[in-house]
Amino acid sequence: MIEVLLNGAAHQLASGSTVSSLLDQLPIEPTAVAVERNRQIVPRSLHSSTVIEVGDHLEVVTIVGGG
Amino acid sequence: MNTETTRETDTRPDPLVLGDRTFRSRLLVGTGKYSDHETMNAALAASGCEVVTVAIRRVDLSSEDNLLTHLDRDRYFLLPNTAGCFNAEDAIRVCHLSRELGLGDWVKLEVLGDKQTLLPDPIGTLDACKTLVAEGFKVLVYSSDDPVMALRLQDAGATSVMPAGSPIGSGQGILNRNNLAIILEQLDVPVIIDAGVGTASDVTIAMELGAEGVLLNTGIAGAQDPISMAHAMRHALDAGWYAARAGRIPRRRYAQASSPTEGVLGE
Repeated sequence: MIEVLLNGAAHQLASGSTVSSLLDQLPIEPTAVAVERNRQIVPRSLHSSTVIEVGDHLEVVTIVGGG
Repeated sequence: MNTETTRETDTRPDPLVLGDRTFRSRLLVGTGKYSDHETMNAALAASGCEVVTVAIRRVDLSSEDNLLTHLDRDRYFLLPNTAGCFNAEDAIRVCHLSRELGLGDWVKLEVLGDKQTLLPDPIGTLDACKTLVAEGFKVLVYSSDDPVMALRLQDAGATSVMPAGSPIGSGQGILNRNNLAIILEQLDVPVIIDAGVGTASDVTIAMELGAEGVLLNTGIAGAQDPISMAHAMRHALDAGWYAARAGRIPRRRYAQASSPTEGVLGE
């Protein structure tokens, strides 16, 4: 297992996890999110090939109600 | 039958043209603060709006619920905002994420300068606007009601400048008609009054001043009956739009009789 920072909180992941495998574990539809890894956007086309490393800072965002 | 009258009663305000897009409604409505998605959708429908604003936030890792599944993308044009950003860098970051989310190049730029007033930071707003325009974004910019700032944002390439009527969520309506009138006179890009609307008459006043549209959220979402208020806002906007084009009578200090002064009994 490796530890990363996911949306500002510590999160455990199997080593070798990709962005896709992380998103598969979340309750939200992967098509409804955008992902940043260490402040760089990971384009959707690279989700399955981007391997998450120990200590990565990951942000997974979506849309919410707002004015 | 007077066909001219018939035609007039059937018309709607002209569509709103922003950049290369045309929208059927001049009311832009936020999706925040509703008690539930059903009420939100009913209120949006009652408002007649086409453009709805949304925010971008971290995913709630414990919830399946997602606003995207509750908004009809064929009916509504989603305009992501940068609400909550207090510097240009964060606002630009949110815009990049918005693009990655598939929301396109249209953004409502907000760079705030103070947590209590939520008034915009003019320097951060201008910096972010310049960068985003250079990156190909269509930037609708939340601004104060300062006419010089509005001109600077227009010069920076804003698709629309959106001065606040009064502070966000304050419900104080239009506080500085004079400044807004100057902005409306001086700018060539469409001006949308954004923020501060408390009730329907505020929308009418904004449109009577000559605004191209009004953006609001709390005024509807926070009303005791959001659906009735949405309905009211829609018609208030139409009322203001027509009144602005109708050529109102001048204000006079003294009365002027509306019935004939000749032939009054007993004279």
